[in-house]
Amino acid sequence: MKRVNAVVIGAGAGGGIVAKELSTAGLSVVMMERGKWYTPHDCRKDDLRNQRTTVLGNAFGPEDEGNPRVWVDPKGTVHTALPSEGSYQNNAACVGGGTLSYGAQAWRYMPQDFRMRSTYGAPAGSSLEDWPISYDDLEPFYDKAEYEIGISGDYSGTPFKGPRRRELPMPPLAPNREFGILESAAKRLGLHPFHIPMARNTVPYNGRGPCMRCRWCCGFACEVDAKNGSQNTVIPVALATGNCELRTECMVTEILTDDRGRARGISYIDGDGHRQEQLSDIVVVSSAAIESARLLLNSKSRLFPNGLGNRYDQVGRHLQGHHYTGATGYFDFDTYDDVGPGASIAICDYNHGTPGLCGGGMLANEFIRLPIHMVDKVPNGTPRWGLGHKQAMRAYHKRSVVIMGPTQQIPTATGRVTVDPAVKDKWGLPVARFEGNVHPHTYDIGEIQAKRAEAWLKEAGAVTTNLMSYRSEMVSAGQHQAGTCRMGDDPHGSVVTKNCQIHDVDNVFVIDGSVHVNNGGFNPALTIMAVAYYASDALIRNWKGTGFKS
Amino acid sequence: MLNRREFMATSALAGAAVAAGCKAGSRTWYRFLSEHDVGSLTAICDQIIPADEFPSASQACVLTYIDLQLTRHYRRHQQAYLGGLEQANLLSRKEFGVELAAASPQQQFAIAQAVEKQNPRFFDLVRSHTMQGYYGSPRHGGNRDAVSWRMLGLDEPPVRGRAQYDFTAGRKP
Repeated sequence: MKRVNAVVIGAGAGGGIVAKELSTAGLSVVMMERGKWYTPHDCRKDDLRNQRTTVLGNAFGPEDEGNPRVWVDPKGTVHTALPSEGSYQNNAACVGGGTLSYGAQAWRYMPQDFRMRSTYGAPAGSSLEDWPISYDDLEPFYDKAEYEIGISGDYSGTPFKGPRRRELPMPPLAPNREFGILESAAKRLGLHPFHIPMARNTVPYNGRGPCMRCRWCCGFACEVDAKNGSQNTVIPVALATGNCELRTECMVTEILTDDRGRARGISYIDGDGHRQEQLSDIVVVSSAAIESARLLLNSKSRLFPNGLGNRYDQVGRHLQGHHYTGATGYFDFDTYDDVGPGASIAICDYNHGTPGLCGGGMLANEFIRLPIHMVDKVPNGTPRWGLGHKQAMRAYHKRSVVIMGPTQQIPTATGRVTVDPAVKDKWGLPVARFEGNVHPHTYDIGEIQAKRAEAWLKEAGAVTTNLMSYRSEMVSAGQHQAGTCRMGDDPHGSVVTKNCQIHDVDNVFVIDGSVHVNNGGFNPALTIMAVAYYASDALIRNWKGTGFKS
Repeated sequence: MLNRREFMATSALAGAAVAAGCKAGSRTWYRFLSEHDVGSLTAICDQIIPADEFPSASQACVLTYIDLQLTRHYRRHQQAYLGGLEQANLLSRKEFGVELAAASPQQQFAIAQAVEKQNPRFFDLVRSHTMQGYYGSPRHGGNRDAVSWRMLGLDEPPVRGRAQYDFTAGRKP
């Protein structure tokens, strides 16, 4: 195959942007994706098979057959996980990655999120660090992401935010009923509620129409293509340049290196099961935190016996997602208006600044609960089955509100991804294996966040509430996975430079959530996108024609 | 034109046909479960979601859902179902001297409680699958005619753009 300038591995939030930026700058690009390219016709509105409810499997990959992972519990017992099980920590495997089917909350992190260690100090046993870049470094690229991907919302109600050069390109959706109920209650509590920023068209934008406000949003591909991900924004632009080729259903097995220790391309297995090689000047790994780490660890060679970029045993460490806690409130009036996407209102009052707590997270109302989601969300004390349960479903499906939020996780070096010594996937590659747990202080913060959610619901008129708070026995990653190839200036404590370039291999980049040093108290997609624009910008500025000079 | 009496007779028949819709007469439409399994599983599922003014689990075709998935995504649970149903029948024979399907609703409730205690893994499977079949998408064979969604007051098909105005706002008391 013809040698190209760049191979981008993974067509998700990060990879799509890198491919677009490099191909519009004139580089030849091949983008590899292990999944398929779905369209709005694949929405299907299937309550039991999507990316949020996976009891009948993942709608957008990976499929249950031939894609296992392994996790180790605190007692050391080893478990195998299927892609449709929570312990698999799945994101999607398709063009667009998680952004095809996400709920599309599009948050900027706050300035403090990039300086967590300086702000709070690292709790004992944690690997809390500062990012090597600041909010101000990323701000122009947040802005670019908001305008190129297309974000709606209104930050004007909150003082808890970083400075921004202009408003979002689209206004928020008209408030749903929950917004009205929760807004006045939050204000009575002295909080600062506002419209959640969303990668969702609320007016015609980018050649596509606005949201039709249906029930099937988070976990589904948007039926009217109003939800903005890389698959309907940057990837089509990349392909239209003529410089970018997208190869779907191709599984990259290894990054190939030469005897001087530089990458010379990749090896992959195509959709027909044939082994292929694609040579390139640079390789960009954008497969999300778990699969990016796995690919680097599986790329062993004489010069890199422990995997590429893993000279100091950093690849795969500091794995993090978000610790979601909150509360459900039950009301004596209808709170449900069947107007999607449901999630509409948030507060950032509790992200930072509570004495004794190392951070926090935003709190927001939840996406519309489909009936199947309500089954285990009935009030405490309801029988698990029988007439009592059926009656509770009827009584509360339209009279309940969920508030919850992503507590910023305190990372640890022992919460990590490795590759399993025994279990292999259908391509014969060692699978990802999870070890360790979340730092316990994260759970302390989560408990307090749950009580704050409960207080908000009670002020809004909830008659009873259920607290949702727990201490898990395993790492948390899932769709918000991050941190396995953190960026930093010190090669002993990080995998990539602040420009997302692997420390000791100057033509391999990791550009996705893996590089997040901490993961903010927010859904991470917009930050992954901003970092991708930032790193692509640095890459193009340092590009010298046929090779990369650092 | 039908007169009223003929109309009533026809609709009664139609009603019966709908009620029998997931059983389909003498022919076995089930792919994995035997007639005997279906009888036992119906007893348990209808304890998990009994009939009131809205249909029970089996009336909403939950068994069609479970049976179908036992040949697809839930193939791995086939043995758990066969073993669990056998154990439930054994209990029913021991306690009440009849097959589970022939037991009274009170007896079936007692058996369901006993199974939940003695074989929680199996019971949790049946509970989850029953809820999925009842409250999930009709496309998988359960939730016949979106009956559970109607029960919860959800429009089916969904209505878009309905006015959400409060017409009482501003009215003088």
